[in-house]
Amino acid sequence: MRVCVSATANSLDAPVDPRFGRCPYFIIVDLETMRFEAVPNMASGAIGGAGIQAAQIVASKGVKVVITGNVGPNAFQALSAAGIKIVTGAYGTVREAIEKYKRGELREISSPTVGGHFGMGMGRGRGLRRWW
Amino acid sequence: MKQIKQITVLSGKGGTGKTTLTAAFAALAKDAIVADCDVDAPDLHMLLHPKIIERQEFKGSKLAVINENKCIKCGLCREKCRFDAITEELKVDPFSCEGCGVCAIVCPANAITLTERISGHAYISKTRFGFMVHAMLKPGEANSGKLVTLVKQNAKMLAEKENIPLIIVDGPPGIGCPVIASIANVDVGLVISEPTMSGIHDLKRAILLLRHFDIPPLVCINMYDINRDNAEKILDFCKENNIEVAGKIPFDRKVIEAMTNGKTIIEYSPESNVAKEVREIWRKICNILDIAGNRQRG
Amino acid sequence: MIVSIASGKGGTGKTSIAVNIAVSLGRDVQLLDCDVEEPNAHLLIHPKIIREEQIYSLVPSINENLCDHCGKCAEFCSYNAIFVTPKEVLVFKELCHGCGGCILVCPKGAITEGKHKIGKLSLGYADGIEIVYGELEVGEPMATPLIREVKRHIDKSKNVILDAPPGASCPMIETVKNSDFCILVTEPTPFGLHDLKVAVQVLEDMKIPLGVVVNRAGIGDKKVYEYCRKKDIPILLEIPYQRRIAELYSRGVPFSLEMPDWRGKFKTLFNEVRVLAGK
Repeated sequence: MRVCVSATANSLDAPVDPRFGRCPYFIIVDLETMRFEAVPNMASGAIGGAGIQAAQIVASKGVKVVITGNVGPNAFQALSAAGIKIVTGAYGTVREAIEKYKRGELREISSPTVGGHFGMGMGRGRGLRRWW
Repeated sequence: MKQIKQITVLSGKGGTGKTTLTAAFAALAKDAIVADCDVDAPDLHMLLHPKIIERQEFKGSKLAVINENKCIKCGLCREKCRFDAITEELKVDPFSCEGCGVCAIVCPANAITLTERISGHAYISKTRFGFMVHAMLKPGEANSGKLVTLVKQNAKMLAEKENIPLIIVDGPPGIGCPVIASIANVDVGLVISEPTMSGIHDLKRAILLLRHFDIPPLVCINMYDINRDNAEKILDFCKENNIEVAGKIPFDRKVIEAMTNGKTIIEYSPESNVAKEVREIWRKICNILDIAGNRQRG
Repeated sequence: MIVSIASGKGGTGKTSIAVNIAVSLGRDVQLLDCDVEEPNAHLLIHPKIIREEQIYSLVPSINENLCDHCGKCAEFCSYNAIFVTPKEVLVFKELCHGCGGCILVCPKGAITEGKHKIGKLSLGYADGIEIVYGELEVGEPMATPLIREVKRHIDKSKNVILDAPPGASCPMIETVKNSDFCILVTEPTPFGLHDLKVAVQVLEDMKIPLGVVVNRAGIGDKKVYEYCRKKDIPILLEIPYQRRIAELYSRGVPFSLEMPDWRGKFKTLFNEVRVLAGK
């Protein structure tokens, strides 16, 4: 099975980049063989909808699981529509994140973990304090 | 990692005192990054006097370019352009072009290409109070919302890198995309209102905007004594809608004097009623955001 | 003649001045409030509304029966508003700019235009003044399509006054585009001057003739006057900072109605603009 980890550089020892839409690289790994492909994230420079473009890149690579730090509402919607599972809270190196995932230590999410950075129409804040 | 708190100062209506107040908060905050998100008409730098450390190019949308040599003057591009961006003389109007690429694909002579343009610059700077992130859109450029997003991203990255717990955002007027981008993911939206009929109308829309994006609102009435009846109306509105009022600031010409002298009101006239009220408002904000409060010297 | 009233800085008095000019001219006047994010003219002029329209922008609607998920629409979209999976197509409406490109590139003709509500348009009358204004739906990011809609109601046979939003980016530009003249309202303070310079730059690039009105004259400093003199920009009118004027505005009253001397001044202002615009 192929999984994708958002990373700051192009190797298994690169630190995980917590931002799915704007990370510099996607490390696509075959879990059985641990063979990997480092795909530069062309969406990182997108003026808008980076998460959507990133999801399109990852979906085209036959990825079944995305392992990352945070996922915004647009990327969440797109990845879910593509049938890709999303696992968040990853940190450390790409290799360490995959090991944690294999051991079941990372959780699959059912809703976005952050509001849209773009802030156009989907930016829901975390609402830590409310007065109504 | 400790959570970074963010507050955006907005108003709906222009001219209610967002920038003046943001600058005062910068003077009072113990450890904060200030982000000026009014990217087409930024003013905060005139009070904070930032020294630029880093400058980034901002490429907004693309611009269609017609190669005159290849153009066969069929006018199909003008017909298909949804933004009236191609003139009768078949020239691209850079003020209207949104870089969509339709003209390029319909042109039968392949005479149109899309080029990137530098729409502005983003800056990371240092002021006498700490870091400041800001930007300037080139006059006439579009995509202010995207530049605002870049400013906020810079603020977040800087806060993470330097371990700074708070970002104070000076928002633009209105409720459109640059404002939406300025309030995305913040913990509180502080709406600065003025006691005029227009001010009350615009305050309500600003509150609706915050509610739409689930951002908790806080209201402050600036220059409240220019019309006490209207100030009461604002207080009533807030009470009816369970919105906390952070404070009421009186009108004082010293605020303009401070601005003319390039200083915050806290520095220019620390004993004035305005400064006292602003300190009290800041104290409330710190409590709400659950962060450590004022500097040692107010 | 089409005159737009803009400023770089917010809160300088654009709406107040637009309304006072309209009220002073009294007839054959059309006031178009293009500040669709925060329209205020109708609060000063109290029109009787005779028509309201819901305004829609066009967003793509995918016919899944015809779609074969080739992804060409997503590939074309410059705004990443379309996402294609082997099973379905997602449209992110708030990112769509309505360019119609996806419809053109779809090889199966599977995309048509659907409607997306962006706001409301209102039309009314107050004495001899026709007013048209737009109100952007809260949460809707783009003001420009609604501003274009408001401007479609321009009646060239009348004196048309466009109240612009603050700033110098797309909403202001959409408003002032094709004006015969633009009046820039400023206040004599450092913020006012700084933002005025930005607005002047835009108008010069757009080749629209301009003049300045200094509002709240007497507060701040003299630098605005020096700037205008240096750039040869005519100062068309000065409105002093007076408590009475501020108080009337705060109550939603155009001050020239209660201070009749000003009606003549606004009429003169408009005539001077006519001369400068070559009309």
